[in-house]
Amino acid sequence: MTAARTLFEKIWDAHVVAPETADTPAIIYIDLHLVHEVTSPQAFDELRSRGLKLRRTDRTLATLDHSTPTLPAGADGERPYANAEAKAQVAQLEENCREFGVELHGWDSSERGIVHVIGPELGATQPGNTIVCGDSHTSTHGAFGALAFGIGTTEVGHVMATQCLLQRKPKTLAIHVDGELPKGVGAKDLILHIIGHIGVDGGTGHVIEYRGAAIEKLSMEERMTVCNMSIEAGARAGLIAPDETTFAWLQGRPRVAQGEAWDRAVAHWRTLKTDDGARYDREVRIDAGTVKPTVTYGTHPGMAIAMDAPVPAARNAMEQRALDYMQSRAGQPMQGSKVDVVFVGSCTNSRLSDLREAASVLRGRHVASGVRMLVVPGSEAVRRDAEAEGLHEVFRAAGAEWRIPGCSMCIAMNGDLAQPGQLVVSTSNRNFEGRQGKGARTVLASPATAAASAVAGAIADPRDYLNQEQAA
Amino acid sequence: MKPVTRIHSRTAVMADENIDTDRIIPARFLTTTTRTGLGKLCFNDWRYLPDGSDNPAFPLNKPEAKGCAIVVAGRNFGCGSSREHAPWALLDYGIQAVLCSEIADIFRNNALKNGLLAIVVSSAEHQWLLANPGVELSIDVQGQYIVLPDGGRISFTLEPFARHCLLNGVDQLGYLLQNEKLIAHYEQQEQAA
Repeated sequence: MTAARTLFEKIWDAHVVAPETADTPAIIYIDLHLVHEVTSPQAFDELRSRGLKLRRTDRTLATLDHSTPTLPAGADGERPYANAEAKAQVAQLEENCREFGVELHGWDSSERGIVHVIGPELGATQPGNTIVCGDSHTSTHGAFGALAFGIGTTEVGHVMATQCLLQRKPKTLAIHVDGELPKGVGAKDLILHIIGHIGVDGGTGHVIEYRGAAIEKLSMEERMTVCNMSIEAGARAGLIAPDETTFAWLQGRPRVAQGEAWDRAVAHWRTLKTDDGARYDREVRIDAGTVKPTVTYGTHPGMAIAMDAPVPAARNAMEQRALDYMQSRAGQPMQGSKVDVVFVGSCTNSRLSDLREAASVLRGRHVASGVRMLVVPGSEAVRRDAEAEGLHEVFRAAGAEWRIPGCSMCIAMNGDLAQPGQLVVSTSNRNFEGRQGKGARTVLASPATAAASAVAGAIADPRDYLNQEQAA
Repeated sequence: MKPVTRIHSRTAVMADENIDTDRIIPARFLTTTTRTGLGKLCFNDWRYLPDGSDNPAFPLNKPEAKGCAIVVAGRNFGCGSSREHAPWALLDYGIQAVLCSEIADIFRNNALKNGLLAIVVSSAEHQWLLANPGVELSIDVQGQYIVLPDGGRISFTLEPFARHCLLNGVDQLGYLLQNEKLIAHYEQQEQAA
């Protein structure tokens, strides 16, 4: 009888190439390496300078997302890059993938999109896997019961050359979400609430396992939204045990096994859950029933509260600086603050269900005068599906811009950005100073809240905009 | 990587908590395809005024901070993205060590792999260092201690392998490549399963 283990420990143990010792970290095998244009060029250079090959091209998948324009190519075929460097960076990844034999979902691919959106769509993301990418939001893939985390460029090079990483075993943190989310309150509200509760560094050194009745009820898209923001609490990774929801979502996807091999895979995946009696290093309990539409009011994701709650008074000069930057007023709720820009997109909230949520608020309504709204689907597949349902027409009719897939205004390095002082209600994951443009003020929110705020021209409660049928 | 054994410098204090990687190097500068030349962009939107002149309120622009290679930062330094451009920018700017009571995981990993000492000290020691900017410190990587001006010591712990690599100028990829047989063995077993 083996000792009771957590889900994290099961995945970790299955990937140990060499166990850790006092002197050396464990060597951990990586099942899937996701690559994009921003954090890979220096790693490819490292391989080149050492005369190394990329060890497992079959376990490597690349896409273009961060530096890519979200407006289509012009009549001359030229894409409207923000600058020559961005264009060169994309060309560099195209060249590197050709040279090293990496599958690239580039401009000509019907599957291109944000790296954390296409991995699951292609079925490349699977339960029990170890998944890394030079991007901190790799934690998204944990929604499938994978151990997925962001790495720096040096480690990108390690994985390219050896398919392995040197790692010390992190600690575990269980976040039990009991009860049921109230009507009109979603996964984004929940994760903002959790980060507000445990703090922007509440997960440092830990891998989070989200569990409990409210988590089990979430769709895969909602689980991805929750796991995506684990890093915003400082955690290396966040994961959720795979279940029938997971298997149903994955079945039939391009990279997933079929027939008998599928049955064997599912039988294995069913074992990927924390054993009764297994111990976590820390545990936190959250009551889903208390979560309300939640937004941020400061300059990191831990500064989050219910939109109708008064902004807390600053406890020190740094918090005061954050309030001053945001022009948030202690004692006043965020609800009602005037909005300049609304962004629906990013690896947190750019999947079909997110777009449907925003569209359900916008249908038959119009974005308020003076507000700019940008809707950026997470992938070409999401774009196709959304357009097949006519969601793009809903957005356009409401006065929003419908773009082509990419990270866009989440990281604002492709030219999609807000102006100094503008208030952006954004479905993305970071509200750091200047994240969406120098001097821009970011309020993180759900797609429904973003859409409601676009219509109202001020931060608004989406429950006032959802019809009875939708709210039920 | 060059060996890093000892760093001797006065400290500059950046007291803000949660200094994130977007503040260290704004995302719009990540279109580079090299590791070099990022020092001039380090803390760009904090360090310069809109007219391009130095912002006197930026901690490292203060006259007493000039030339300091050791930064004492507020809690949770380096939170946010996995961009290794953050330690590259800090090193190119001239920072060789960051002392803090808590450092974000990915940043700390990235920093140590590039020879930037990301050192966690106790809360009490952190408070003292924050309250005493400009002290002369000597950081001894071998002994894992910091010598204070009065001869007192603050001890710290680095992950042993990271410390070994710092002291010997060894890069970790070389070590991984030496384990080729183990990796190949793992892959064979996995395929057989």
